[in-house]
Amino acid sequence: MLEDIGNLFHGFAVVVQPYNLVLMVVGIVLGVIVGVLPGLGGANGIAILLPLTFSMSPTSAIIMLSCIYWGALFGGAITSILFNIPGEPWSVATTFDGYPMAQKGKAGEALTAAFTSSFVGALFAVIMITLVAPLVASFALSFGPPEIFSVYFLAFCSFVGLSKEPPFKTIASMMLGFGLGAVGLDQMTGQLRMTFGMESMLNGFDFLIAVIGLFGIGEILLTMEEGLSFRGKAAKLNMRVVLQTWAELPRYWMLSLRSCLIGCWMGISPAGATPASFMSYGIAKRISKRGRFFGTGEIEGVVAPETAAHAAGTSALLPMISLGVPGSPTAAVLLGGLLIWGLQPGPLLFTEQKDFVWGLIASMYMGNIVGLIIVLTCVPVFAAILRIPFSVIAPVILVFCAIGAYTVHNNTFDVVMMVVFGIAGYLMKKTNYPLAPMVLAIVLGDKAEESFRQSLLGSQGAFSVFWSSGLVSTIMTLGLIALFWPLIQSTWTRLRGSAGEPHPAE
Amino acid sequence: MSVAKTVLTIGTAAFASGVFALSALPANAWEPSHPIEIIVPAGTGGGADQMARAMQGIITKHNLSKQSVVVINKSGGAGGEGFLDVKNSKGNDHKLIITLSNLFTTPMATGIPFSWKDMTPVAMMALDEFILWVNADKPYKTAKDYVDDIKSKPDNSFKMGGTGSKQEDQIITVALQKATGKKMTYIPYKGGGEVAVQLVGNHIDSSVNNPIEAVAHWRAGKLRPLCVFDNKKLDYHEKIAGDLAWDSIPTCKSAGLDVEYLMLRGYFMPPGVSPDAVAYYVDLFKKVRETPEWKKLMSDGAFNQSFMTGDEYAKWVADAEKLHEGLMKEAGFMAKTN
Repeated sequence: MLEDIGNLFHGFAVVVQPYNLVLMVVGIVLGVIVGVLPGLGGANGIAILLPLTFSMSPTSAIIMLSCIYWGALFGGAITSILFNIPGEPWSVATTFDGYPMAQKGKAGEALTAAFTSSFVGALFAVIMITLVAPLVASFALSFGPPEIFSVYFLAFCSFVGLSKEPPFKTIASMMLGFGLGAVGLDQMTGQLRMTFGMESMLNGFDFLIAVIGLFGIGEILLTMEEGLSFRGKAAKLNMRVVLQTWAELPRYWMLSLRSCLIGCWMGISPAGATPASFMSYGIAKRISKRGRFFGTGEIEGVVAPETAAHAAGTSALLPMISLGVPGSPTAAVLLGGLLIWGLQPGPLLFTEQKDFVWGLIASMYMGNIVGLIIVLTCVPVFAAILRIPFSVIAPVILVFCAIGAYTVHNNTFDVVMMVVFGIAGYLMKKTNYPLAPMVLAIVLGDKAEESFRQSLLGSQGAFSVFWSSGLVSTIMTLGLIALFWPLIQSTWTRLRGSAGEPHPAE
Repeated sequence: MSVAKTVLTIGTAAFASGVFALSALPANAWEPSHPIEIIVPAGTGGGADQMARAMQGIITKHNLSKQSVVVINKSGGAGGEGFLDVKNSKGNDHKLIITLSNLFTTPMATGIPFSWKDMTPVAMMALDEFILWVNADKPYKTAKDYVDDIKSKPDNSFKMGGTGSKQEDQIITVALQKATGKKMTYIPYKGGGEVAVQLVGNHIDSSVNNPIEAVAHWRAGKLRPLCVFDNKKLDYHEKIAGDLAWDSIPTCKSAGLDVEYLMLRGYFMPPGVSPDAVAYYVDLFKKVRETPEWKKLMSDGAFNQSFMTGDEYAKWVADAEKLHEGLMKEAGFMAKTN
């Protein structure tokens, strides 16, 4: 342990060299830009810049690339809050309360809360990586298909029943999402599903296209109908808002701690940041006293998903270095980078490439601190965007959405799909079908299906595989409890005979 | 057993062709006038993607081309999206596609309308090897130990993990089933790295990972290579795991498993491109092969460094397609034609 601390300080010494510090700032700024543009995403951003780093030393290269990653994690929250357009899958849950906050004129607060929570989550995960890296790596190994499925199951269960809409509309929306998620190649049999022989359907419906359309375009259509005005005009434009929000945040320490733990756990298990953010949001809504106001602009609804997403995003790097398995698409590209720089990710990297590993870990600390400072100083600038008249900003958003949709697969058909999703999103909002369950199903549906079928293949079709070990049984049971929580809760209240409290039936 | 023999017997003959000369090239040959696109018909982070991006880095670093190189992933429909894009870019001299075995398996398994004949073959860069791996905690020291245990147990007692469905890993698994006479449960995963970790975690019994995907776990003493699916041992003598080097791994044939399979890592261009452009890229790739970075990539991944161009390459691809067709038919993996 002491030796590790020594190594870490050595890592800091490497990171604070002026050249590396400059790379760090450049990386963060690029990352924020990449995160803001929907569709470009951290993975694509890093893939594009990867070849530039081949002439650097591996340590400098990883510092810059991991800073792009941190920047993208920060940046994803900006468009989610300002325009209801999540730049990254894990920012979807941030829109639920972040965007309503911006509409109420509290964009500055929402952004500050999001950035700060991101930082807290990341910091928590880095400390965990520093202290318990070897232990954690062996925990990750215990995740086979049934365990992975149980994690997705828990994510779905903790999210069901959250929406304010009637349950059947929620289910209809979720099923539609599963259906859309199933289009394209079926990983398990290698056959095409529901492409109707159309070449452009081969890719299926990418989550990002759906989200840019449903949320972004749908929102623009709604705003147009309501008279061409942004409702966020009252946004404060000074740094005071940052300090005021900071004064408020320590109150949510329990929520933060819980979200950190959820995030770290999901990041280490190969599930990743997206289910972490949804799960954390769902659980926060269940537990919070103000749970019934979630979705109308609660700061807790921003803190929970952002903390968990960053804790997960950061701890996802651990399986990458210690096992060679990326916990996210961005980590996958970084992994390719490691190989090209001549480093072999795996259990031996920690002992063979101390400079590199501890430099990376030190850059996680420094990168997040630098990142937080950069994005926080820009909060007033970001919030000011909302002051631009809608008739000016709307076409700009549309162009960015279209570019984003195109970038996902370099495919013009996706831009058409984005518009179709936009109209669908508008109609769904008008008819009170919730969008979130559909998006959740598109993002996680195919992954859950894959691990479900892998489990059953391995067990020759026996469902008992989901209760075959302590780990998987526990997670499945937690999932069932989460699913039936409203029932359990009302039974409990009735048993205690306290009929006084009106139950917020949903 | 005879089926196993039909599995790609690919060649050492290729080595000689490394010197295949293009001295007939005119003095002021074709040059790219705008950025060169490399399509990867697979996701980011996979073997083909890594190779394409490494080449992009090498070309940039050593200034081998006046124009920059752009790598684009088009992985939809098991890579069908990328192949269709190239097929439909007739005469585009600035577009290349790097292929893996899905060049053959995707049209056969999915019915997506394309064939390698719709494209212009440029060069084979290397062949990727396959190795039979087990968890190091298991008692199997040789491929024979493992095969004997498979034979002594009922069908489906053993789980084989692999990348994708009806692609190279499953083809090898089917060949193994033929050789052992016992069925195995094949579990498809998204990527090779994931498969290797599932094997370390004992969630599957064996894998046929490419060397580069599993080497880190071998060095850490978590996985054990049993045999290589090639007709000769790997040509790398450097010690990797303790006293063992890549060339310490016996061939599967010598262990009584008559199965061979190698995967193409090569380039194609759209149909109707100018022969001068093809010559330019062949020359470019030759320069890439001379760089230390490329040599390092080859030895890290224990690649078979066959290099082929022109008619020889086309003939190789045609033979490989026939072999795949036989294997896919045998395994029942062909798409139903309506």
